[in-house]
Amino acid sequence: MTTQAPPRVDLLLQLADDELVLGWRDSEWTGIAPFLEEDVAFSSIAQTEIGHARAFYELAAAELDTTADELAFDRRPEEYRCAPFVELNLVHDWARSVARRWLYETADALRIAALKASDWPELAGLAAKIEREEAYHALHAGMWHERLTRSPEKGRYADALDKLWPYALGLVEGDQRRLLCEAVGRAEVAAVERGTHVDEWPSLWDEMTMVRRTVPGGTW
Amino acid sequence: MAVWEVFRQEREGAPFQHGGSLDAPDRAFAEAYAKEFYGRRAESVALWVVPRASVLEVDEPYVAPVFDRDYRRVDGYSIKVKLKEAREAVAARSGAVGAGLAPPAEDPAA
Amino acid sequence: MAPRTEQEFKEYVQAGGQVETNDWMPDEYRAKLIKFIEMHGNSELMGVLPEREWILRAPTLQRKLALTAKVQDEVGHAQLIYRVVEDLGKPREQSLDDLIAGKSKFHNVFHYPTKTWGDVGVIAWLVDAAAIISQKALLKCSYAPYARIMKKICWEESFHILHGRDVILAMVTGTEEQRGLVQEALDRWWAPLMMFHGNPIPAEDDPMVEWRIKSQANEEARQQFLDGYVPQIWELGLTVPDPELRKDEETGVWHYTEPDYAELKHVVTGHGPRTAERLEFRRASREETAWVRDVILADAA
Repeated sequence: MTTQAPPRVDLLLQLADDELVLGWRDSEWTGIAPFLEEDVAFSSIAQTEIGHARAFYELAAAELDTTADELAFDRRPEEYRCAPFVELNLVHDWARSVARRWLYETADALRIAALKASDWPELAGLAAKIEREEAYHALHAGMWHERLTRSPEKGRYADALDKLWPYALGLVEGDQRRLLCEAVGRAEVAAVERGTHVDEWPSLWDEMTMVRRTVPGGTW
Repeated sequence: MAVWEVFRQEREGAPFQHGGSLDAPDRAFAEAYAKEFYGRRAESVALWVVPRASVLEVDEPYVAPVFDRDYRRVDGYSIKVKLKEAREAVAARSGAVGAGLAPPAEDPAA
Repeated sequence: MAPRTEQEFKEYVQAGGQVETNDWMPDEYRAKLIKFIEMHGNSELMGVLPEREWILRAPTLQRKLALTAKVQDEVGHAQLIYRVVEDLGKPREQSLDDLIAGKSKFHNVFHYPTKTWGDVGVIAWLVDAAAIISQKALLKCSYAPYARIMKKICWEESFHILHGRDVILAMVTGTEEQRGLVQEALDRWWAPLMMFHGNPIPAEDDPMVEWRIKSQANEEARQQFLDGYVPQIWELGLTVPDPELRKDEETGVWHYTEPDYAELKHVVTGHGPRTAERLEFRRASREETAWVRDVILADAA
């Protein structure tokens, strides 16, 4: 199904898969974030990401004559279009998790801005709605980025950004890469490109789909 | 970490009411968390977030009244008896009790 | 006149008097409040651990969102509750230290494993229902800051039970296998549920009722739970693994097999099937993020 998807649907699946998997990874901090207030805030962000994924899946599902849930959960692992960046298992490492949030929000702001100008009205409209919800994400990511950057742990945080930078670049393409470099203040390096998956992807997919696979076609 | 108190306004024009408190290291975090805790269900239209240290707690707002201050209260006035007397006086002068719907008849004593 | 002796204080709270954070209170009242409220906070926090696994495994986007929101609420409740404890004089880090060290308790139900998506439905529908009965009774707690947060907690819990019921209904109207998951989960959760409200101390012997911290006896809560939820269970064609369970129509009292209260004590004193593993998980996560708390504290404005 997805190997024959038209380019604009493939774009939707990239966006949807990115948001779903990042939301999944962000959910891994539920209950174990550094302190309770942050736990609640981080969980909110995970929910919004999954909500955005759902919106993208629904748009793609209409094009492909299927349902959002089938797209989200019933594809084979190799059919997912997410960037390796979102698949990385970072839990317990707060510096890397914050670095990922900040880099992702910066890249996503560029993507969403471009989508708002799409000549596909439904997508442009969706992008505008998403952008409004993203304001909180940017606030939150910026607040942590700022605090860790000027903290006694700035070395640890800078290291996390260094390690994740090649992956972050893989989120966007073409001119958006140049814009991302400007926004982040880093030079372009060889990116970890979309199209491959990291080692931990198969076990993520397995856990994500295990209940659903117990009763294929079941109503939950 | 400091404690911040959050006041929320439920609807436009409504008074701000205390919603609860949270821990945060600075204004940026306090704002983010207040929005999360008191706004994620769109249950508030506005929030005031104040460091607890800035809140002046006043436990006994009024000195116990020692002197009679009934001139400040509605129940400090007993109109009923005096009103009855006034109406009776009007009736005695004019021979009829009016309902106050028209000016009094010319005072025969005038 | 504000109470100044223990006797005056007891009379005051028993007459419905409310206590605020800076009011004078007997040491015993403060100590009992802290212990009780802290146990509630611990329970909300520990309850997150069995549930969070299922967020990752949720079989639809809607279920994923609903479960994430439910668990988020529970963490939020823990925050509200520990704030109340902190204002009573016990810092949050100390509460978390005591929890991890096994010095403080949390409710029995959170010491048990979850095995299938059936557990997710049963927990949200029945465990949360049992908890809400106790929580509604706490709306009348003499300690006003706690009564106030209970109001917010009860309001937020209202969707949790509906979510639970929705999950269960989808499964009992689904395949044989799905029905089986629900029945199997119910069979496992019934005993812990029956113990949840604690052993039936009469209200007049319960110091928590005397101080008006609790306003409902344990057995009253259990009866309320049975009365509300057994009919709901039976109407779905599900069975309860207790052949003695029945309602005496004349007295309105539910009869049931006496739970094993020795097991209850054994579990809440730290010997449940999943107690050690979950506390260790908490301890390890907390240690890994200690540097973050240090950064936050160091830079506090």
